[in-house]
Amino acid sequence: MAHNPTGGTAGRRTAITALIVGALGLLACGKSRPGGAAQEVELLNVSYDPTRELWRDLNEKFIAAYEKESGTKVTLKQSHGGSSTQARAVIDGLEADVVTLASYLDTDAISKKGLIQPNWIDKLPSRSLPYTSTVIFVVRKGNPKGIKDWPDLIKPGVEVITPNPKTSGNGYLSFFSAWGSVVLRGGSRDDAIKYVTQLYKQVPVLDSGARGATTTFVQKKIGDVHLAWENEAHLEVREAKGELELVYPPISIRAEPHVALVDSNVDRRNTRKAAEAYLRFAYTDEGQEIAAKHFYRPTNEAILKKHAAIFPELRLFAITEIAKDFPDAHKQFIGEGGVFDTIYSPKK
Amino acid sequence: MASVNRRVLPGFSLTLGYTVFYLGLLVLLPIAAVFVKAGSLSLHDFLGAVWTERARAAYLLTFGTSFLAALTNVVLGALIAWVLTRYTFPGKRILDSLVDLPLALPTAVGGLVYASLYVENGWLGRFLVPLGIRGAYTRLGIVLVLVFVGLPFVVRTVQPVLEDLDPEAEEASSSLGATRWQTFAFVILPTLYPALITGFALAFARSIGEYGSVVFISGNMPFKTEIAPILIVARLEEFAYGEATAIAVVLLVISFSMLLVVNLLESWSRRHDR
Repeated sequence: MAHNPTGGTAGRRTAITALIVGALGLLACGKSRPGGAAQEVELLNVSYDPTRELWRDLNEKFIAAYEKESGTKVTLKQSHGGSSTQARAVIDGLEADVVTLASYLDTDAISKKGLIQPNWIDKLPSRSLPYTSTVIFVVRKGNPKGIKDWPDLIKPGVEVITPNPKTSGNGYLSFFSAWGSVVLRGGSRDDAIKYVTQLYKQVPVLDSGARGATTTFVQKKIGDVHLAWENEAHLEVREAKGELELVYPPISIRAEPHVALVDSNVDRRNTRKAAEAYLRFAYTDEGQEIAAKHFYRPTNEAILKKHAAIFPELRLFAITEIAKDFPDAHKQFIGEGGVFDTIYSPKK
Repeated sequence: MASVNRRVLPGFSLTLGYTVFYLGLLVLLPIAAVFVKAGSLSLHDFLGAVWTERARAAYLLTFGTSFLAALTNVVLGALIAWVLTRYTFPGKRILDSLVDLPLALPTAVGGLVYASLYVENGWLGRFLVPLGIRGAYTRLGIVLVLVFVGLPFVVRTVQPVLEDLDPEAEEASSSLGATRWQTFAFVILPTLYPALITGFALAFARSIGEYGSVVFISGNMPFKTEIAPILIVARLEEFAYGEATAIAVVLLVISFSMLLVVNLLESWSRRHDR
């Protein structure tokens, strides 16, 4: 190295050293940015598939509102995918500030790993639910099979499209809903088993996820009725241009896509304040209107009533009415050796 | 100098180190992690996860359809390779590059397209279903997509061997009075065996792990058309990592032993040949 001590090399070396020092300095500045003078925060919202447009609208309004209120400029990033795939990503280290997943089980799984504090569900209004949804029916134009209620699904010749409860959140929610439609109207456990067994016998294809089931029903024109989340059912019917219709059964499950702060991430990234404001924004009148626009039922009663035309009233039951809680329902009905497993057992 | 370096390029130790390091990092380490994760279960839990009736039905289906598909590919792939090497015709280049397409296409798209072709109102289904041939949501459908994803492997292993085939051997055979069939069966086919077996093994291995295309065409009915990878995904959905990887381990062990057999067969046929 030192065998060519000419001025040129020495000069160059100084320049390189300066560059390195400069770069390190920049890096250091970058690291200290969240606490620094420049009021800028970046948030990552890890969500599930069909909420892409909903959160994009919410983000846009929130960014403007929050900058006006606190002077902090927020950049929002969204990540979408299958709900439990997203939960696994967060567990494995995806640095989500907030999670807005489809099922309690997914948020709970993250909480069980210690990333979200145990009492998370009570930290935000309405049990951390800015909006809810439910499972309803989509049928072909004119409803040729006359499907109005759950018992109609097991009439001879009716084919039902619903995804596999083992691999899809939509799938198990539909299962719970079908189960509840029997036991909450006076049926016994045996009646419910008989009902769901017959129901799944009339399912010609068990798609692995909600999107696959929609494709099967809409594009491939298989089946007479599609069990779908209310918000997706609305979009499905709108896009089908008169080929499909919505049917509201008198009773269905309340779908609860909880939202939560990922405590360990917001504390480390120093983003708690903005992240909490972000989630609370979904509860404001403005946020609730956006939810309604995307066919999610706002938890604000007044705003829900205002949109009664798209959200007809029906008996929405909670998971606790058919099981102890979500994990218990999952274990009893869907898990290994549960009711669902016995349906397909060849020994029948 | 006692030893002369006979290698064309220097740096054997460096390249070997590189090879071992990267194979270890990219292949062995993840596979070892699968075993370790599955090892977190007790033997009882492990068996409970991997040896249910439903899982056994799924293994049988996965290996059965993969075997059938690989076998079909050996016949179809050899035929395609034959046509591509032995004949000239317009559009040959295009046809040749079409062979690789299944590798580039996301398999989920392949599965979706196949399913919509073979459903009752699909382009092919409307003719086949009245004849009683149901391609979508049946085991036949699974074999169909597996043939699709495995095809390039057979074609691309057989093609170069066919191209290198010595025409004089064929000429000698026919000038000695062999019929065309005899020439094919006793002169051409034996030299193709190793390539065919390799192609079979590759297509077979590819099929066992195939998930994307199969979930779209199989219908996923337990005990009927549910493949083993679906069970893995089902357990992952429940955050049961240990159980999921346990099923993966079973798949790995079975397929590894099958590939081992195929490889032994291949080296035996090579030796037999020379």
